[in-house]
Amino acid sequence: MWDNFDQVSLLLLVLVPLAGAVLAMFLPKDRPRDAWQFAIFVAAICFVLSVIVFLRYDYAAGGVQLAREYDWIGHPLNITLDLGLNGIGAPLVLLNGIVLLGAVLISQTITRRSRDFFVLLLALGSGVFGVFIVRDLFFLFFFYELAVLPMYLLIGVWGSSTDFGTFLRTKEYGAMKLMLVLVAGSVLIWIGILALYVASSESGAPTFNIDDLAQLQQAGEFSRTLELWVFPLFAVGFGILAGLWPFHTWSPDGHVAAPTGVSMLHAGVLMKLGAFGIIQVGMILTPTGAEVWMPVLIGLGTVNVIYGAISALSQNDLKYVIGYSSVSHMGYVLMGIATLHPVGLAGAVLQMFSHGIMTALMFAMVGAIYERSHIRDSLILNGLIKRMGVTTFFFAIAGLASLGLPGLSGFIAEFMVFTGAFRTYLPLAVLGVIGAAITAVYILRLLARSFFGEADPQWDHLTDASPVEKGVGAAFVIILIAVGVWPAPLLNVINTGVESALAVF
Amino acid sequence: METGLTTNLHLLTPEFALTALAFLVFTVDLFLPERSKEWLAGLSVVSLVAVMVVALVMRPAGSVELYGGLIVVDDFGLFFKIFFLGIGVGIIALSWEYARDRLQHRGEFYGLLLFSILGMNLLAMSRELLTAYISLELLSFSLYVMVAYGLREARSNEAGIKYIIIGALSSAIMLYGLSNIYAALGTTYFVGISEELASPAAASPVLWIGVALLVVGLGFKLSAVPFHMWAPDAYEGAPLPVTAYLAIGSKAAAFALTLRLFAEAIIPAVNLWGEWQLVIAVLAAITMLLGNLVALAQRNLKRLMAYSSIGHVGYALAGVAVLGSDFALAAKGVIFYLVVYAVTNLVVFAGITAYYNREGKDDIADLAGLADRQPFTAAAIAIGLFSLAGLPIFAGFTAKFYLFAAVADGGMLWLAGVAIFTSLVSLYYYLQVMRQMYIESPAHDTHNAAAHQAHDEHDDIHQHAVHDEPPAPPMPRPSWLLAGTMGVGLLVVTWLGVYPRPLLGLIEMASKAIVPLG
Repeated sequence: MWDNFDQVSLLLLVLVPLAGAVLAMFLPKDRPRDAWQFAIFVAAICFVLSVIVFLRYDYAAGGVQLAREYDWIGHPLNITLDLGLNGIGAPLVLLNGIVLLGAVLISQTITRRSRDFFVLLLALGSGVFGVFIVRDLFFLFFFYELAVLPMYLLIGVWGSSTDFGTFLRTKEYGAMKLMLVLVAGSVLIWIGILALYVASSESGAPTFNIDDLAQLQQAGEFSRTLELWVFPLFAVGFGILAGLWPFHTWSPDGHVAAPTGVSMLHAGVLMKLGAFGIIQVGMILTPTGAEVWMPVLIGLGTVNVIYGAISALSQNDLKYVIGYSSVSHMGYVLMGIATLHPVGLAGAVLQMFSHGIMTALMFAMVGAIYERSHIRDSLILNGLIKRMGVTTFFFAIAGLASLGLPGLSGFIAEFMVFTGAFRTYLPLAVLGVIGAAITAVYILRLLARSFFGEADPQWDHLTDASPVEKGVGAAFVIILIAVGVWPAPLLNVINTGVESALAVF
Repeated sequence: METGLTTNLHLLTPEFALTALAFLVFTVDLFLPERSKEWLAGLSVVSLVAVMVVALVMRPAGSVELYGGLIVVDDFGLFFKIFFLGIGVGIIALSWEYARDRLQHRGEFYGLLLFSILGMNLLAMSRELLTAYISLELLSFSLYVMVAYGLREARSNEAGIKYIIIGALSSAIMLYGLSNIYAALGTTYFVGISEELASPAAASPVLWIGVALLVVGLGFKLSAVPFHMWAPDAYEGAPLPVTAYLAIGSKAAAFALTLRLFAEAIIPAVNLWGEWQLVIAVLAAITMLLGNLVALAQRNLKRLMAYSSIGHVGYALAGVAVLGSDFALAAKGVIFYLVVYAVTNLVVFAGITAYYNREGKDDIADLAGLADRQPFTAAAIAIGLFSLAGLPIFAGFTAKFYLFAAVADGGMLWLAGVAIFTSLVSLYYYLQVMRQMYIESPAHDTHNAAAHQAHDEHDDIHQHAVHDEPPAPPMPRPSWLLAGTMGVGLLVVTWLGVYPRPLLGLIEMASKAIVPLG
């Protein structure tokens, strides 16, 4: 039975959310609850699919599995829809399954034009799944763009603006900035893809297939010059989505302006598309370029860590703190990738998973607080534990995971990244650890200031998280702890992926 | 090639039929009372579809020349004929309600439309410069009248005058170019030109002047920069369905001529002067850049679409620039792009028309809050614009990827880079339209708007995510015909974006018919 299912499981992974989005268009217009329940139904199927796909990935065998090829337009561009999962994509598929379901559940509070909201959210989910499972540059780019496309409306229509007193960061600003910067990144990626295609065409075997291109690369068909200028295109193009400094500024503004569910998906999963792209396209297809440019990338990644942490330190808005902390944490991912060291790279992938869960949890809890208090300023909020005990507990766990407390998932990931970095770029690794220390400062300060301590009477009306929010929070906390205590199931899979990714170096 | 003047004349039945039907529409128009004139729209649609069927049924095997080689009936011509007739059906669907409410003499409007389609069809079939010129004039003269069709509107009259003056100028330039080519080579047949050009002795100043003027004339018809200045004014002034027709039909027709001209007359002569590709590439690059950058500053929807269409002409021209490298791939890319561009623009213009028919306004800011007032129209415009910007899962993405891959493969990666960059620019102004439709709330009257603003400013430190917005002023649904057009268009746009293979198969047949011999 499973063998038959394996034939279609990856295709279902992209088609189910897409079909869900199309079907949701025909739901009645003014019944938010129906739309929400339908979206839960679709997201739950996706979640189950992602779990099955993850479990069906046989890490002992390694390589690309569940592969399936669908002819698409054939000659002369030779584009086929090649699906296939490797050890790096598998945990990220699982991550997207989890966060998508969580984000849909949390979006119970969306009542205005909710049908349209879920249509866009599911389309986004489909795009993210797609990127993690395709083996063809055309479709990788296709799904990548599909994941970016709904963001403008998701933020612009359902988002919120932030008033800084002297100036206003409107949701329209955040949405437009995010969209334009991300598409600017895809401009670079697109040019890079075309450059590789032209190189393959000159060698007589025009193709967009990642595995075929990698073979051509191994056969020495790509010139060194080509790789040297194409890798930066991929590194920056994908890096923009991963929050690479100095192109990260869209990310806090976008995350803060977005509604809770979208922030969760965006910081939790979408940013991982960027890091995944650097590995899957940049490293595998242009390894020569990667080797030359990696010192630059690890430098930028370190700046990410420090700069993001310091920025988070100076923010008072809860969402901005998390937004900048995402920039900082994605820095570890970039550092880990840039080490080109098995432990560091595996740590980077684990960090992607772990950060995806913890940041989604933090956004969910902040969303719950904002929903009730309409305030996100940590200077005004205080003593939340009194009225919102469960919310505080979940937020605290996520925060502790984020600062790298042993026993939670963040610790193992960061530890591995640092191990890799210590063996390759010692001084930068030290700086990275300092960044982790700053993280501890702003997280603990935030907890002390807003969550613990005396409560103002003005917060007496707050109610604790709803059952749905509690459920999502609890599930995410369990995952954080489980991965922290017993990371082997994830690491086994990740290691096979890392091994084949580094085989070309 | 000894074909007499009347041999195989039956193959032109579709064109004869179209001519007869156009006259029929004019004649019936004389006898119909004003209120029944909408039947003429129906009659025109039926004739277009009938001609389509006849053309398909009479498809000859291979290429057949008529009138001693002036005209050829082949798959390329057939493909574009069906394409143009389809555009005609779409434009009539677009204009039905508009013509009923806002145009006088609408019977003649449909007649002129049929004549212009006849001109486009002949253009796609002509294999000789003067025949092509006459077909182009038939198309242009119909368009001159249609652009000025809003009799009582100063804007429309102004547009008509500008269009006719520039059009006449460009025709004159083109004609002068043709005469120079004839003077230099002694022939106006495409095949003859390519044969003459094959010998290095053909190169002469007269020839170069002729070719340059021909390119300039074509540039005017295509509205390629720097010959584009008529387009925004003509687009803005023309009645909306005519604007759509200008953007879709006349562009596609001019590209049909360009493709055949390059394939059969110019490319085989690459050895004479290979740099012509670079000239076209530079034209394409400045067309993309200027069209898309100037579009950023537009406030009027029709002008925005004018500049956007200039940008899209630039993309297609980029494909033309690499025709000499890998003809099959580049030609397929250009034709695919034209079809996708036409369908997508039809959807967008159907949406704009649906709005305009209700409110009579055409500024971008007027669309504010459309998503609440006409959700389907807003969704259609939004999807159309996403497709034009080149985002999946819509046709624009696939077509752009295909075309730009062809351009890059033809050795012009830099040009593909410019194209991709300008696509990013275009996304910004398309998003501005979307912002009005989905994010802004409709302005009721100035007082309310000001109050709303004040409320915003005095909100608490952090604003609520969702304002309790006052209900949008009611707006009737779009007509069924327009909604249907948008619906069908959206299906096609999505289908071509997800599975373009069947269309690409047809395009392959079409482009094979004009493959250059050299």
